[in-house]
Amino acid sequence: MSTADANAHGAVPDEAVGLDVQDHVDVAHYETIGEPYVDNAKMSARNVNVYYADKQAIMDVSLDIGENEVLSMIGPSGCGKSTFLRSLNRMNDIIPICEVKGDIRLDGEDIYGSDQDTVLLRARVGMVFQKPNPFPKTIYENVAYGPRIHGLAHSKAEMDEIVETSLRRASLWDEVKDVLEQPGTGLSGGQQQRLCIARAIAVSPEVILMDEPCSALDPIATARIEELIDELKERFTIAIVTHSMQQAARVSQRTAYFHLGKLIEVGDTKQIFTMPRHELTENYITGRFG
Amino acid sequence: MSKDAFKNTELIQASLKKRYARERRFQLFGKLAVLLGFVFLFILLFDIVSKGTPAFTQKQLQIAVDFDPDKLGVDASASAEQLRQANFNAVIKSSLRDMFPEVTSRGDKKRLYRLVSIGAEYALRDRVIEDPSLIGQRKDFWLLAHSEAAGYLKGQISRELPEVERKVKDIQMDWLDQLRDKGLTKSSFNTLFFLEGDSREPELAGIRAALQGSFFTLVVTFLLAFPIGVFAAVYLEEFAPRNRITDLIEININNLAAVPSIVFGLLGLAVFINFFELPRSAPLVGGIVLSLMTLPTIIITSRASIQAVSPSIREAALGVGASKIQTVFHHVLPVAMPGILTGSIIGMAQALGESAPLLMIGMVAFIMEVPGGVTDPSTVLPVQIFLWADSPERGFTEKTSAAIMVLMGFLIVMNALAIYLRRRFEVK
Repeated sequence: MSTADANAHGAVPDEAVGLDVQDHVDVAHYETIGEPYVDNAKMSARNVNVYYADKQAIMDVSLDIGENEVLSMIGPSGCGKSTFLRSLNRMNDIIPICEVKGDIRLDGEDIYGSDQDTVLLRARVGMVFQKPNPFPKTIYENVAYGPRIHGLAHSKAEMDEIVETSLRRASLWDEVKDVLEQPGTGLSGGQQQRLCIARAIAVSPEVILMDEPCSALDPIATARIEELIDELKERFTIAIVTHSMQQAARVSQRTAYFHLGKLIEVGDTKQIFTMPRHELTENYITGRFG
Repeated sequence: MSKDAFKNTELIQASLKKRYARERRFQLFGKLAVLLGFVFLFILLFDIVSKGTPAFTQKQLQIAVDFDPDKLGVDASASAEQLRQANFNAVIKSSLRDMFPEVTSRGDKKRLYRLVSIGAEYALRDRVIEDPSLIGQRKDFWLLAHSEAAGYLKGQISRELPEVERKVKDIQMDWLDQLRDKGLTKSSFNTLFFLEGDSREPELAGIRAALQGSFFTLVVTFLLAFPIGVFAAVYLEEFAPRNRITDLIEININNLAAVPSIVFGLLGLAVFINFFELPRSAPLVGGIVLSLMTLPTIIITSRASIQAVSPSIREAALGVGASKIQTVFHHVLPVAMPGILTGSIIGMAQALGESAPLLMIGMVAFIMEVPGGVTDPSTVLPVQIFLWADSPERGFTEKTSAAIMVLMGFLIVMNALAIYLRRRFEVK
């Protein structure tokens, strides 16, 4: 179904296309298998290339994230999935040697356009990081910080409400409602990560990017975060990078498999995990490498 | 295979002894080094404290002062202005003669007069101006002893020394012994030392002027060096592009930290005094010069502590949409603050102990008045120590050590403050 489609987006067909090579993809000629595009795209990336100085980390990736869906990105270490995720809210800008080429749009707006403000972009596309990184301030301050700098609350009462709703949505409220003035860094790892999620949703972003949010957490805390992601997709569009295939299978509707900077295969999560079409994908999800 | 393993064990065992011996030797050297350091520190402190402690007491002699209007040259109806001109010196001299009527020769009289400090004259004058009814009366007063007499009373000079080698002669010692036996000598805490400026007379010299000078100088240094240093560090670390120019700036800042301090003094002399014509000997210029000297320290330590802030905090702040400035001021600086403060206080402590550049801008002048502001001529503690150490009078030896004690006290306070601030900011 997608060959013609993918060709139209820049991949050059060739007799030498190395799709049947198991651990190696031809750099110049490859095409993404599956359907990278959706009808109700919230964010869409086209022909994205990312370079760290001379090294190319992302090669010609085109991918859509649909409205209110959870898209998971999987792949072996160093495959570029985190780099791609961080391009979506321009977090890569803070790395001086990093250069992003291509076209990434949020609601059809070019986020790398000259008139795009990164502050506004990051308010609309929030992020949760691999390691829980609450500010060394009180729990209340952690959640209130975003709304405060963006001027979202006009009174103390409004701010209290934002803090409470955000903590409730991050299912942390019941645990911290009596200790709001305690430092956020004093919470357990899982609680800290939920605090970071609360902090991200306090500014009401449209998209939340999660970079291996559970990699530093134990299975119980992980289960809570996964439940949370399921609830959050009602309101937000979520892109999550994960090392855990079970996690990808549990939380996401669509899954994208990256390998050495290339998007190899993308499709419905169920299909990717039950009937992978590309050999690399199959090898990875069956645990043969990666 | 098992035979080989057995052989290895033996080899290792054989080498073990050697290894342990080496470890013991190393530990021994380490302990010796620490011990040596402690011994030197102890000798230094003991020397300073034992020499300096006497300076905190002053000796006074009780003299029956006869306020004879004839000798004073004024009578009880005199105005304050006339009293100021009155001859209190003559009064003290005649009172001393009255106490020791056996003294007749001119030389002995001179020696007798030298028991009392010339400051006594002004002390008496102030008392009489306060209460003119004293004129015509005879009253006992505690008068400040001359530094040499005080030195004998404090036991710093002994009779064992041949008379020609000491300033306090045998006959003066006899008088002082008489006074002591009659209970007419006393020691008290030397408040003058903390209330007065410098003086030619050791018993009248105090460190107040130098203390205040140091304080004003440090205030100027801090107000200039801290904000400039921190902002320079923030800019270089967070905003400046990495290119050849910033590399050059960085190398220069690092080199600046190694420039001998007297060079900064020369710069201050040439630029601030000769070109900008700022007042000489003033804490303002001293503070500017010292802030130039402290800037590299503050910039380097501030940059290091800003660098040490975990990038995850920056990412977190940027991730919720904070701008670069907000990230730096709301998150990076508060976390880096303990390190910045520690570095700044260490820089300030360096500045407090610095004397060479201040000599160049004239803060070495003999200044008696306590400075009232940053443009008044003044000196600073280390320069005061230098001046006193240079003075030939015996009384200044103890003053030198006492001033060192005060300076070290200040350094300890500043370092304690650095530790306190560090702990306090780190809890959060």
